[in-house]
Amino acid sequence: MAKEQHAYEEFMKGLWRENPVFVQVLGLCPLLAVTNSAINGLAMGLASFFVLLGSSILVSLLKNYIPKQVRISCFIIIIATFVTVVDYSLAAAMPVIHKELGAFIPLIVCNCLILGRMEAFASRNTLRMSIADAFGMGAGFLFALVALGGAREILGVGEFFGLSLFGPNFEPWVIMILPPGGFITLGVMLLYFNWVEERKNQIDKQLAAEDGVN
Amino acid sequence: MSEEKVEQDAGPEEPSPLRLIGTLAIAGLASGIIIIAIYLATFETIKENKARELRESVFRVLPNVTKMQKLLLKEGKLVVSYEEEKGEEPIYAGYDDSGKFLGYAIPSDGPGFADTISVLYGYRPADRKVIGMWILASRETPGLGDKIYKDAAFVANFDDLAIEPPIVATKKGKTKPNEIDAITGATISSVAVARIINKGNDYWVSKLPEPGAEPAYVEVATPAASSEPVDTQAP
Repeated sequence: MAKEQHAYEEFMKGLWRENPVFVQVLGLCPLLAVTNSAINGLAMGLASFFVLLGSSILVSLLKNYIPKQVRISCFIIIIATFVTVVDYSLAAAMPVIHKELGAFIPLIVCNCLILGRMEAFASRNTLRMSIADAFGMGAGFLFALVALGGAREILGVGEFFGLSLFGPNFEPWVIMILPPGGFITLGVMLLYFNWVEERKNQIDKQLAAEDGVN
Repeated sequence: MSEEKVEQDAGPEEPSPLRLIGTLAIAGLASGIIIIAIYLATFETIKENKARELRESVFRVLPNVTKMQKLLLKEGKLVVSYEEEKGEEPIYAGYDDSGKFLGYAIPSDGPGFADTISVLYGYRPADRKVIGMWILASRETPGLGDKIYKDAAFVANFDDLAIEPPIVATKKGKTKPNEIDAITGATISSVAVARIINKGNDYWVSKLPEPGAEPAYVEVATPAASSEPVDTQAP
């Protein structure tokens, strides 16, 4: 493991190259459940982002004091505390969104993306790197949620963030905001990401071959 | 998350059980303190949000109402109440600016298509009519069942609706004063709303006082709407 990784690299890794949803396929339960509109995706993404960042900072700071036999329990306690803070703050500040997201805010506790980053990264890296990693992964998750929510809202309601796009003659594809629409949209997006990856590999291979010839 | 998982696996010595218990105890304690702090810090705001939401719902189902008060049924009589009681079954009386009684807002709930639907509806005892309906909580299918509150035409069904004989949801176009038009594609949800209101009427209408004998509006600063600064006990 290279010690002197650049923080920017860590950030971009989470946002794109190892995007938690499109590449690692983590945290799908909240992803599919709440993304029937862009605003819900945004709220869920920001809540997860805050929990991930807070827990990463704390775990990274405390990593030398937590015995490894009880580390998972400690991570869960830390995550659960941040989730509770988010839950109550959201209920106080944005009751409408809080009502819409319902049970899925408390369920951030069992988002495997967050626990995964604690175990795989924050508990083994410096504070600086952990913050960069949390920013990247949090932003990557947020991006996926808004992309999915936006696509489903545009097709399923004809709106984006509540703004009507197509006028009154648009017949919404109701299926897109129902659970099957979530799976379909996610499938299409995964397909795209894999296709891009595939193409990139092919081009790399071609370039390498040409280099060899020349 | 595989490539990083090589190092740090075998710690040299086992920590004592006491250390493990101690770590978890401290973590639990710190977490508990933070949770209590955030609970206390947001408690008043969340309570106010709920009270405001309720007030707005009542004003929505009772047109022209500007004041409301909570009523509880005690020994067969409706009495004004400001306290929060466990297991209470409140209804709300709405009044206009001059304090004239206009109608009741009655909460009622029952099974919908997906989960329990909570309805608040306005009832005017003078001519025994439902005069407004609002969904407080539901988990009906987005795009179909959620039209019971998103579809203005469906909600408008309840603006002037006779309650006798019981309300019927029809698919053929309403012709009688006690009929509502069911939503195409959401018949079960539409029928459920009608049934929930009928259930509320069955329970409440016989218990309400004679028209004209409603409890008068009592002019006091209700604790829920008080403007005096409340100690939020911020951490």
